[in-house]
Amino acid sequence: MIEWVNSIVQGILLGGLYALFAAGLSLIFGVMRLVNIAHGDLIILAAYMGLTTIVMLGVHPFVALLIVIPLMAGFGYVLQRGLLNQTLGDDILPPLLVTFGLSVIIQNALLEIYTADPQKLNGGLIETASIPVGGLAIGILPLVTFAIAIVVIAGLQWVFYATAIGRGFRAVSDNQDIAQLMGLNKAHVYGLAMALALGVVAIAGILLGMRTSFDPSIGAGRLIFGFEAVIIGGLGNLWGTLAGGVILGVAQTIGAKIDPGWQLLAGHIAFLVVLALRPNGLFPRVEH
Amino acid sequence: MKLRTNRRQVLGGLAASVAAPGILTATRAYAQNPTIKVGFVTPSTGPLAGFAEPDDYVIEGLQAALAGVENNGKTYAIEIIKKDSQSNPNRAAEVAAQLILDDEVDFITAAGTPDTTNPVADQAEINEIPCVTSDAPWQPYFFGRNGNPAEGFQYTYHFFWGLEDVIANFTNIWNDSGVPKKVGGLFPNDSDGNAWGHPELGLPTPLAAQGFELTDPGRYQPLNDDFSNYIAAFKEAGCEILTGVMIPPDFGTFWSQAAQQGFQPKIATVGKALLFPSVVESLGPRGVGLTTEVWWSASHPFSSSLTGQSAGDLANGYTTATGRPWTQPIGFKHALSEVIADVVRRSEDIEDAEANVAAIRATNLSTIVGDVNWSNGPVPNVSKTPLVGGQWQDNGNGLELVITNNKHAPQIPTGGETFLLG
Repeated sequence: MIEWVNSIVQGILLGGLYALFAAGLSLIFGVMRLVNIAHGDLIILAAYMGLTTIVMLGVHPFVALLIVIPLMAGFGYVLQRGLLNQTLGDDILPPLLVTFGLSVIIQNALLEIYTADPQKLNGGLIETASIPVGGLAIGILPLVTFAIAIVVIAGLQWVFYATAIGRGFRAVSDNQDIAQLMGLNKAHVYGLAMALALGVVAIAGILLGMRTSFDPSIGAGRLIFGFEAVIIGGLGNLWGTLAGGVILGVAQTIGAKIDPGWQLLAGHIAFLVVLALRPNGLFPRVEH
Repeated sequence: MKLRTNRRQVLGGLAASVAAPGILTATRAYAQNPTIKVGFVTPSTGPLAGFAEPDDYVIEGLQAALAGVENNGKTYAIEIIKKDSQSNPNRAAEVAAQLILDDEVDFITAAGTPDTTNPVADQAEINEIPCVTSDAPWQPYFFGRNGNPAEGFQYTYHFFWGLEDVIANFTNIWNDSGVPKKVGGLFPNDSDGNAWGHPELGLPTPLAAQGFELTDPGRYQPLNDDFSNYIAAFKEAGCEILTGVMIPPDFGTFWSQAAQQGFQPKIATVGKALLFPSVVESLGPRGVGLTTEVWWSASHPFSSSLTGQSAGDLANGYTTATGRPWTQPIGFKHALSEVIADVVRRSEDIEDAEANVAAIRATNLSTIVGDVNWSNGPVPNVSKTPLVGGQWQDNGNGLELVITNNKHAPQIPTGGETFLLG
């Protein structure tokens, strides 16, 4: 019995990480209908930026966030205005292809700069510490990750529904042309959305780098979990993305409890079941 | 004079011009500076790039020695043509075909896991080009290519160790430690994981025969984010020894989670993940004391047949040239060229693939990784090099892979004792 409880608890905590992978994707798709194939590689890019910061300044990974988040956000804004805005239009394919190319470029650039050596962000004691709760050991790092995921989602939710920028996001998302007529600069709003998304990516990258070792090639493997969490939760719904991440995480750990070979399969099956029964996800924000 | 042409002359002229490239290639050996071309397929980029890291250092170091190799009284220059497999087996096959068909290499070599060696060897076998490979355990190389021990292959040869050597070394380390014989196994669902975890051909049978109790919950998918179920199973079974064959990111995830959830084995002997110093360093203090297989080290008592360098010279030269610690593939990359140069020296007719293959088959060479001799391998086409067990120890100014168990290959000296974790 306790093992099952353990599996579910670990799954929920894992879901926090998946939700962080997914939040940026969900946001970008929600605002500009852009499917960002390079998302996984951007997470790894953030992890490497964190590594550079930590090595150069000798700080803790959490302190490095103070530098990596603004850097990634700035990069996101420039990337959006300089490149991705040129590809957005009626056709969904050009941005898809451009981000695919971006993914290849980021991967190989990282390989050139940092080589293929696996790296890890050294979080010190927090990595191995845990709190015993009634026979379970809950790792501090996964717990902190989950808490950060909740804070990030709540923060994004607040930005979306309680600020002027958020109103801009929702406006261009609903109808770009009318939003433009109302005096919103579409290109700028998109840039801000990408900056926000990459800010979240920075957090996801640092937390991933503390949880596991990474090398330039592992980003793509992380992308699918992000997509699945977004779809399970419902497109455009941020709390739904958190729920999607948790469902995916729990499905994986329960699958692994039955047989380790089923870990990923169980997650994919949960995703397919949701897709079959509720094609718009569990908590769709907008009905199309 | 009037130029008269008729149908026969035109046809004859056409035939001659079509045949010319063939004849010209065939006469290459009579040119001023004859060159033997050797193709080399290696994973320079992608997830396996760690294996290919020393390539440039090794090739550069051999240039002088390979510039003049004598065969039947004539001096040849050996030119190595390197191609990147991008860590992808399909790409490896493609560049191997390019080397054979476009560059018209005389020999082809490859190194760095079965994903590199197997597709290259398969291409060489089909195109009847002599091929020598390394850096992949021989079982996945031989059986992975559907090799039949009764027949073997015609053109493709391999030198490395096998699973039986890994098992012998791992159990030696565990037996000598006196730790209770309860082993937790982490095997991924990939070619290595399935081979190591195979009930008869892998670890389970020999472990049971020596009284080890193996807890193997099943095969996980590589790039796993959560090992809590494995950890729970190992804790329940009271495992004191940890083993497996993992890629570095998975081991990193597992090792942190194990610490979080209070699983502390006394010994952790893991294949593949702990080969490279960079990986173990990335684990921080929790990397100290991990044990692994050692195929080659700076303290191996061998020297190069080409340059006369000792293993220590070669390894330290790499550190001086690049500022990075030595890695195990350095020796095997070097040895590949040693074998090729030796074959070129002995071949009865360097222009003839069959004669070259015969020379490979007759190889009996002491290289920087040990003796290479295809007449006494476990199966045809395979020559085994010695394997020992080692531990990552802190030598004061960094981590160092110290050989701590040489029962399986006593000719290689140990540099210390295995200590327990925790």
